[in-house]
Amino acid sequence: MNVNTWLEPIVFFLFAGVVLFSAIGIVLTRNIVRAALFLLGTLGGVAGLYFLLMANLLAAIQLIVYAGGTLVLIVFGVMLTSKSPWVRFAPSRSEAAAATTIGLVLFAALAKIVTGIDWTVAAHPADQPATVRQVGNLLLQQYLVPFEVASVLLLVVMIGAAYLARPEN
Amino acid sequence: MTSIGLQHYLLLAAALFCLGILTMTLKRNAIGILIGVELILNAANLNLVAFTRYRTGAIDGQIVAVFIILLAAAEAAIAIAIFMNFYNSLATIDVDRADQLQG
Repeated sequence: MNVNTWLEPIVFFLFAGVVLFSAIGIVLTRNIVRAALFLLGTLGGVAGLYFLLMANLLAAIQLIVYAGGTLVLIVFGVMLTSKSPWVRFAPSRSEAAAATTIGLVLFAALAKIVTGIDWTVAAHPADQPATVRQVGNLLLQQYLVPFEVASVLLLVVMIGAAYLARPEN
Repeated sequence: MTSIGLQHYLLLAAALFCLGILTMTLKRNAIGILIGVELILNAANLNLVAFTRYRTGAIDGQIVAVFIILLAAAEAAIAIAIFMNFYNSLATIDVDRADQLQG
């Protein structure tokens, strides 16, 4: 284990706190720009948890692609569409109550399932971080077909997004 | 202090998933709904990586997580392009006003 045993809980609860605080902020805020900023906190916290879970490459990818690419895309989307009178949006009180009830019931059910199972039975925990070499080997051998399909998908998305967002004339 | 196990990560991911569902249901702004989808995808990724770390030891879960990040980026690009088109024709991205296709 590359993280000290006494340090791991502290770091976990720190990042978990950041993730939950930001996610709750996203739900509660009425301002879409603030929601995008809170999303940055959630993505960064999840990236920190990836480091803690010994997925170093994935944490870097999360920061580069998600926090660097997807989030910038969302912020641009917010800026380009913010001139509408409905940017500040409020759900009605009954809608909020119904949604909160559904969310709490769903979380209670999931928590009951998760805590009711002994996850250490027949487990093979990883004992060292996954290297870039391992991930690359898997991507180009066992997962070659999904990898190539993903590259075709990216090309299609690039053309499709340019086609959809072009001016009318 | 208790040691961190798979359970902690699964509970956190469950909370993140539920908050994503709440975001999707409570936001009227289309980009807000997109942000909710990103939260849900992150919860799924967290589960995959936590299972990789504590249950299987093999890194296949991380590969799937990489593909999910890629799909999320592609989905965001297409969604934003659709929202731009929508905004160009209706001057809003309020999903309650997206009822032009209704019969």
